[in-house]
Amino acid sequence: MFEDKVDEIIDQYQSDPSALIQILLAIQREYRWVSKEAIDKVSKKLDVPLNRIHHIVTFYKAFSLIPKGRHEIHVCTGTACHVRGAPRLLDSVQDLIGIKPGETDLDLKFTLETVGCVGCCALGPVMVIDGEYHGKMAPAQSEAVLKNYA
Amino acid sequence: MNEIILQIDGRKVQAKEGMTVLQAAQSIGINIPTLCHHEKLESYGACRICIVEAETGGRTRLIAACVYPVEENMAVRTRSEKVDKTRKVLLEELLAHAPDSVPLQALAQEYGADKDRFEKEPSFCVLCGLCVRYCAEVKKINAIGFSDRGAKREISFIPEIASGNCWDCKECFPLCPTSYLQAAYVLIEALMR
Amino acid sequence: MSRINSPADLENFRKEILSKKDPEKACIAVCTGTGCLALGAANVVAALKKEINKQGLEAKVDIKVDVRETGCPGFCERGPVLVIYPEEICYLQVQPGDAEEIISETIRAKKVIDRLLYVDPATDKKSVRESDIPFYKNQMRLLIGNNIKLDPKSIEDYVAVGGYSALAKALCQSTPEGIVELVKESKLRGRGGAGFPAGKKWEFARNSPGEIKYVVVNADEGDPGAFMDRALLEGNPHSVLEGLTIGAYAIGAHEGYIYVRQEYPLAVENVTIAIRRAEEHGFLGKNILGSGFDFTVKVHRGAGAFVCGEETALLMSLEGKAGEPRARPPYPAVKGLRDKPTNINNVETWANVPLIVNKGAGFLNSIGTEKSKGTKIFSLVGKVKNTGLVEVPMGITLRNIIYDVGGGVPGGKKFKAVQTGGPSGGCIPEEHLDIGVDFDELAKVGAIMGSGGMIVMDEDTCMVDVAKYFLNFLTEESCGKCTPCREGIRQMLKILTNISRGQGKEGDIKLLENLAETTRDASLCALGGSAPNPVLSTIRYFRDEYDAHIRDKKCPAYVCKELIAFYIDPAKCKACMICLRKCPAEAITGGKNQIHVIDQDKCTNCGTCFEVCPSRFSAVRRISGEPVPNAIPEEARTLVRESK
Repeated sequence: MFEDKVDEIIDQYQSDPSALIQILLAIQREYRWVSKEAIDKVSKKLDVPLNRIHHIVTFYKAFSLIPKGRHEIHVCTGTACHVRGAPRLLDSVQDLIGIKPGETDLDLKFTLETVGCVGCCALGPVMVIDGEYHGKMAPAQSEAVLKNYA
Repeated sequence: MNEIILQIDGRKVQAKEGMTVLQAAQSIGINIPTLCHHEKLESYGACRICIVEAETGGRTRLIAACVYPVEENMAVRTRSEKVDKTRKVLLEELLAHAPDSVPLQALAQEYGADKDRFEKEPSFCVLCGLCVRYCAEVKKINAIGFSDRGAKREISFIPEIASGNCWDCKECFPLCPTSYLQAAYVLIEALMR
Repeated sequence: MSRINSPADLENFRKEILSKKDPEKACIAVCTGTGCLALGAANVVAALKKEINKQGLEAKVDIKVDVRETGCPGFCERGPVLVIYPEEICYLQVQPGDAEEIISETIRAKKVIDRLLYVDPATDKKSVRESDIPFYKNQMRLLIGNNIKLDPKSIEDYVAVGGYSALAKALCQSTPEGIVELVKESKLRGRGGAGFPAGKKWEFARNSPGEIKYVVVNADEGDPGAFMDRALLEGNPHSVLEGLTIGAYAIGAHEGYIYVRQEYPLAVENVTIAIRRAEEHGFLGKNILGSGFDFTVKVHRGAGAFVCGEETALLMSLEGKAGEPRARPPYPAVKGLRDKPTNINNVETWANVPLIVNKGAGFLNSIGTEKSKGTKIFSLVGKVKNTGLVEVPMGITLRNIIYDVGGGVPGGKKFKAVQTGGPSGGCIPEEHLDIGVDFDELAKVGAIMGSGGMIVMDEDTCMVDVAKYFLNFLTEESCGKCTPCREGIRQMLKILTNISRGQGKEGDIKLLENLAETTRDASLCALGGSAPNPVLSTIRYFRDEYDAHIRDKKCPAYVCKELIAFYIDPAKCKACMICLRKCPAEAITGGKNQIHVIDQDKCTNCGTCFEVCPSRFSAVRRISGEPVPNAIPEEARTLVRESK
C-alpha cells in the first residue's frame, strides 16, 4: 500500500530529479510526513544522494520528518497579523492545545505551525486550519473554533 | 580566452577571463585570507573572509574574492579600513562558535578581533562546508550534508553511508578549520545510532 | 472548443463569446479570492444560486441572472464583496442570509438594498456603484481592475475583456527585438523589489548566447504583509500567462516556469487551470496563433522558504535543490536555470506586459514619475481603516494612499509609521508621508518599494518590537550559507531581544549599527544585504523609543511584555467581575462589591483585563518604566456605591 503510493507519485513526475521538491510535496500531502522509507525510495528511484534530500526536507518548511496531526493549525505571524495581535492569538492556541509551534500532540490530533504570511492581511489575525481560513480571530475566540475539530 | 587587465593593491595584473579575483591576486603573490575556499572544490563564497574592496564602473563595494570574476579595469584593494573592519566583525561572529580554532585565532590577531565580543555558543562548526563539499565533489560519496537553515543550519552525517565509508576515509578531517572535533563528534554520534 | 490558429480566429472567438452575452442579463459577481472565502463567500455563492433556483429564475425569460465567482477586487476589509452588473451595484459584507433579498429586491424589483451599500464614515453618504466608493475612486486599477469582471477559471471571460489580443499583436505584428525595444521604451521597472529595468533585463537574456533559454514568473511572494501577486494569479492568471508568453517570444525562450508558494493553494489551482485552458485554445503549446512560435509553461510549487524569492535561490529550488543563493555574477541572464540564460520577473511585472503591447510604451510612460512609470499595487494593511489591495499611479504620496484610499488610522489612534518593503524595507515616520511613492524616493528615506507591502502602524506599535519581529523572521528564513547574514542577524536579534526585555545596555545601538553594516555590505545575496533595513530605519526615526527601552526600561507603546504591568485603579474599579472572569491566568482577585486587584506575581501581562474593562470605567491602567502601585489593603476593598 505504502510502496505503491510513493511509486505512483514518483511515476507521475517521470522520475525527474528536478521535480524532487514537487515529489516530496506530494508525499508530504499524502502521508502528512516524509518517512525515512519514502526518502530512501525517492533517493534510489531518482538517483539523488540522500544528503541532498535530507537538506531539502529540513530546509523547506512544508516538510515534516515526523507524522503531523490530523489537523494542521497555521497561525499567521505575518506583519499585518503581528501588529493586530497574532502573538496573543498564538499564545492562546498554545495554551489550549498544549503544544508549541512545530510540535504535534501525542494523540496526533493537532500540529501547530506558524506561517510567515498567508496573504489575508486584511483579516488579521488569521488562523488556517486544514486549509480553512479563520479571520479576525480574537484570542478568546480560538477555543470555540478549535472545538469544531475532532 | 581573453586577457583581462586589472589592478590589485595598486599593482597591474594580467588575468584570464573567468578567473576569480582571488586567483588573480594569488598569481602575483598577494595573499587574501580564506576559510571556505579550497582549490580542489568549486568556489562557494560562504564565509566571506575573503571580502575585498573593488571599484568597478565607478562604484566601490565589497565583493567576495573567491567567487567574483575579474573584470577589465577593476581596481581591487585587499586591505583597507573597511575591509579590515568587516573581516574583524566576521571573525568575531565565528569565534563565538569556535573560540579555540587555531586558524581563526591567527586571523583574529591579524585583524584585532575580540573572541569574547559575542556570547559564546560553542558548536565548533563554522559551516564553511569544506567537509560536505569535499565528500560530494572529490570523493563523490555524499556521506555528510547540511541540514536546516538560518541560525539552525548544521552539518550531519548520513548514518548508513557514513558507517560504511567514513572510518576508512576521514579525508575531510584535516580540512576542517576548527580542528575536526565537530566532524568526529557528529560522526561518532551517527555511528552509534 | 477548437484551437485558435490565427489572430483572425481570435477575433471571431471573441465576437462569438460577446454575441452570446445577453446585455439584459444580470450578473452577480462575487469575489471568491482567499480573503472573501475566509469571510464566507462560498456560502454566499451557494445561497444566491439556491435562491435563484427557488424563485424559479432559471426558467424565466424576462429575468435572467448569472452568478460569477471572481478574483479579488481589493476591498478585503469589507468582504464578502459582490457587484451586480450591468448596474454595477456594489454590496459589501454580504452574508448568505442576504441572498433572498438580493434576488427579490435587486434582481427582480431593481431596487437597491441600502444597508448593504458602502457608507462613508465621515459624511454618512452611501455609494451605490463600486467606482463611487472613496477606496476605489482614488485608485488607478489597470491591472487588478479586471479581477471582479472575470471568472479566473474561464478563458472566455478573459478573452471577452480583450485578453490575448496583445499576444496576437506581439507574435504576428512585431519582431522579438521590437518587443524588447517596446518594453525598454516603456521604462517598466521590475515590481519584485529592486526595480531593475525590465527591458534591459530582457535584452541581456535575449543577447546571451545559447539555444535554450527560460523565462520564469517569480510568484514566491514571501514578504509578510504582501499579497498583490496572490490576488493577480488567483484573480487574473491569464494576464500573467499572456505577459510571460510575450516575454518568452521576445527573449527567445520556449519553456517557462511559474514558481508559486504552496501557501497559496488557490493561486496554484487557478494558474494550473489557466495553463490547461490556454493550451487547449492554442495560446500555449506549438505554433501559437499560427506564428510558428512554441512555448510551454509548468507550475512549480515552492515548499516554504522566503529566501526563494531571491532569484538565484529560486533557480536552485527549481532545479530540485535547497534554496541557497549563489554569487552573482554570473547573472541568471547569462547562466540561470540549468546553466542556461534565464529571465525572471515578478508576477506584477509580467502582468504589465500585455498592457504595454496593447496600449503602447507611451501609455505606461505617461503615468508615474520620471524614473518610475506606471502603476503599483500595494497591499495596504495593519492599522488602517480600509485594508486591502490598492493600485495607484507611481508618484502618489504615502499620505494619499493611507488617508484618501485607506481612510486613515482606525479607532482615533495616532499614526506612527508605515512599513514598506517587508523584511528588506524600512519604517517611514509621519514627517516623510508627503514623499511621492517611487523606487528612488522610498530608498532615500531608508525604506524600499519592495514588492508592495505597506503596513500602517499606530501609537500602539512598538518600533523595537517591529525591528525584533523582522529579525526574528529573517533569522528563520536566512538560508544560513554565508556568515554575515546567518551570524549577523542572530547577534542583532539577541541584542534587540535584550533591549525588549529591559536588559539593554549603553552601547547596544552602536553595536547594532556595526553589525548591521557588516551584514549589509558583506552578505552573499539581497536577503542579507537588506536585512538590516528594519533595524537601521527604526533607529534612524525612533531612536527615542530605543532609548526609553534601554535607559528607562520603558516600552512607550506598552507592547514589550517584560517591561509592562497592569494595575486596576481602585478609585475607578466598579467590581463588575468582567476582567476577573476573563483573566486567563486567574490573577485577579475580588468579588461582588469587592474592588478587583491583580496579583502581579501571577499576571502574564496578556492585556485581556485592559481590553475588557468597560470604557465607562477604564479602571485598568498600563504601567511601564515606573513601579506598580501597591495593591490596596484588603480591608479597604469593599466598594462603597454612591446612592443615586
